[in-house]
Amino acid sequence: MELDSLYQEVILDHYKHPLHKKLLPSYTAQVHHVNPSCGDEITLNVSIQDGLVENVSWDGVGCSISQASTSIASDLMMGKTLDQALLIVEAFSKLMSSKGNEKGDEDVLEDGVALAGVSKFPARIKCALLGWMAFKDAALQSGKN
Amino acid sequence: MKPMFTPAEIRKDFPIFAKTMRGGNRLVYLDSGATSQKPISVLNAEREFYELHNAAVHRGAHLLAEEASSAYEGARETLAKFLNAEVDEVVFTKSATESINAIAYSFGNSAPGSKFALKAGDRIVLSELEHHANLIPWQQLAKRTGAEIVWFPIDTEGRLDLSKTDELITNRTKIVALTHQSNVLGTIVPIAKLVEAAHAVGALFILDACQSAPHFQIDVKELDVDFLAFSGHKALGPTGVGILWGRLEYLNEMEPFLTGGSMIESVTMTEATWAPAPKRFEAGVPNMAQAVGLAAAVNYLDSLGMANVALHEKELTSYALKKFSDLDGVNVIGPKNNIDRGAVISFEIAGIHPHDVGQVLDQYGIAVRTGHHCAWPLMKKLGLVGTTRASFYVYNDESDVDALISGISEAKKYFKV
Repeated sequence: MELDSLYQEVILDHYKHPLHKKLLPSYTAQVHHVNPSCGDEITLNVSIQDGLVENVSWDGVGCSISQASTSIASDLMMGKTLDQALLIVEAFSKLMSSKGNEKGDEDVLEDGVALAGVSKFPARIKCALLGWMAFKDAALQSGKN
Repeated sequence: MKPMFTPAEIRKDFPIFAKTMRGGNRLVYLDSGATSQKPISVLNAEREFYELHNAAVHRGAHLLAEEASSAYEGARETLAKFLNAEVDEVVFTKSATESINAIAYSFGNSAPGSKFALKAGDRIVLSELEHHANLIPWQQLAKRTGAEIVWFPIDTEGRLDLSKTDELITNRTKIVALTHQSNVLGTIVPIAKLVEAAHAVGALFILDACQSAPHFQIDVKELDVDFLAFSGHKALGPTGVGILWGRLEYLNEMEPFLTGGSMIESVTMTEATWAPAPKRFEAGVPNMAQAVGLAAAVNYLDSLGMANVALHEKELTSYALKKFSDLDGVNVIGPKNNIDRGAVISFEIAGIHPHDVGQVLDQYGIAVRTGHHCAWPLMKKLGLVGTTRASFYVYNDESDVDALISGISEAKKYFKV
């Protein structure tokens, strides 16, 4: 079924048991992102010290895709250098605009490749990107602080 | 009364129902609250206008200009009859959103002291049910004038708390602007007493009829409201055309909103005076083909009979509410009984986000709306991030409700709830 390419088991797992979904009290930047067309909202905290992503935590409401995607992104970014993290965000954005033609590099995106199928559903791409864009925004702000 | 129609026969008039949807399924269209589908007669009316009569209306001495003007003004007559209004009271806009903005901006442009002008301390009365289109134009007007917005709260089933009427509609009230039927919950607002209350304090009553005019008979004389707005595309008509209806004496006293060609009486290099309504509010070459298309839509509805349309939707809603009440883990948001209630059912499934519900239903060819439905304050009041909404119209029948119910079961299986 076409639906299975969207909702892979790993996505449903992340949705039911999201990682790092509890805002940590200390952070170097905090952002709040909303998806005005559907009402999804997340608050995301990052701690970046000396160019290293030490912690990512978040909270929010949204569909399975946005929640799972934010869970995957937050886990993936932890422990990466800021430069590496931004390259990963870029790779994920490229995957989302691939219209179903790319599978994604599992070495770079890890569980993120499970979201490749989302790129076939234009209405859901913004759901998948919500957490990643929030991370990117927070990471760039953190650099400025 | 005209004989009752059969939705399965109606669907044959709508080309889109021949389309094969995802998973090889037929189209189960339950999103008419967002926009309705269009019968072939509407598509033909638009096409015919362009093919045979296209010219700019009210200009030019040639045959096509005559034909275009007569088609456009003929459409106005059809719409006037549909609303039991005077012909000159019917203004074509591009959308209901534009209609409400036209009223709000016109009021904002009024000279201080005029009937339409607002000042600090004046009140605009709304309700928690409002769609953004009947909320934000008033917020903006309030900001520009210093007026204050107050609103009717709703109860847990989404009915207005009318016990607040005397508290809300007072001598300070200048405008009461309410939805006739909630686009999210289906609640029909019993406006008669509220119109009386507004008029008793000299306030103007504006009715957002987007979800009512397509579904049951609207008679502006009987409703006794002062202004009314609805969109063509929710009433089987094309996009790009809406209706602004207002009492003629008001329209002719009001300042225009959009200015330019067509809406003037005379012009010098430094000044202009305004044409009477409706032209005063129709600047520029208007949406002629769309107006003609909307007239064809209204003729289609008339051929079914608005009383039949209303009865059909009422019966279908009863059937759907019954089916929903048998479902485990599914909660209908809004009135649970079928009194003062339109053919809109918002619901939530425990453990599945509305977008995911919509996605699974789509796999079965079922089109529903998901999210906050352009009524974010209402969602916050109800403590919801969004709902899944099924809305019914003339082409829907019990088989569509059955498809929805079985789609909901599939969604629950898929997400293991």
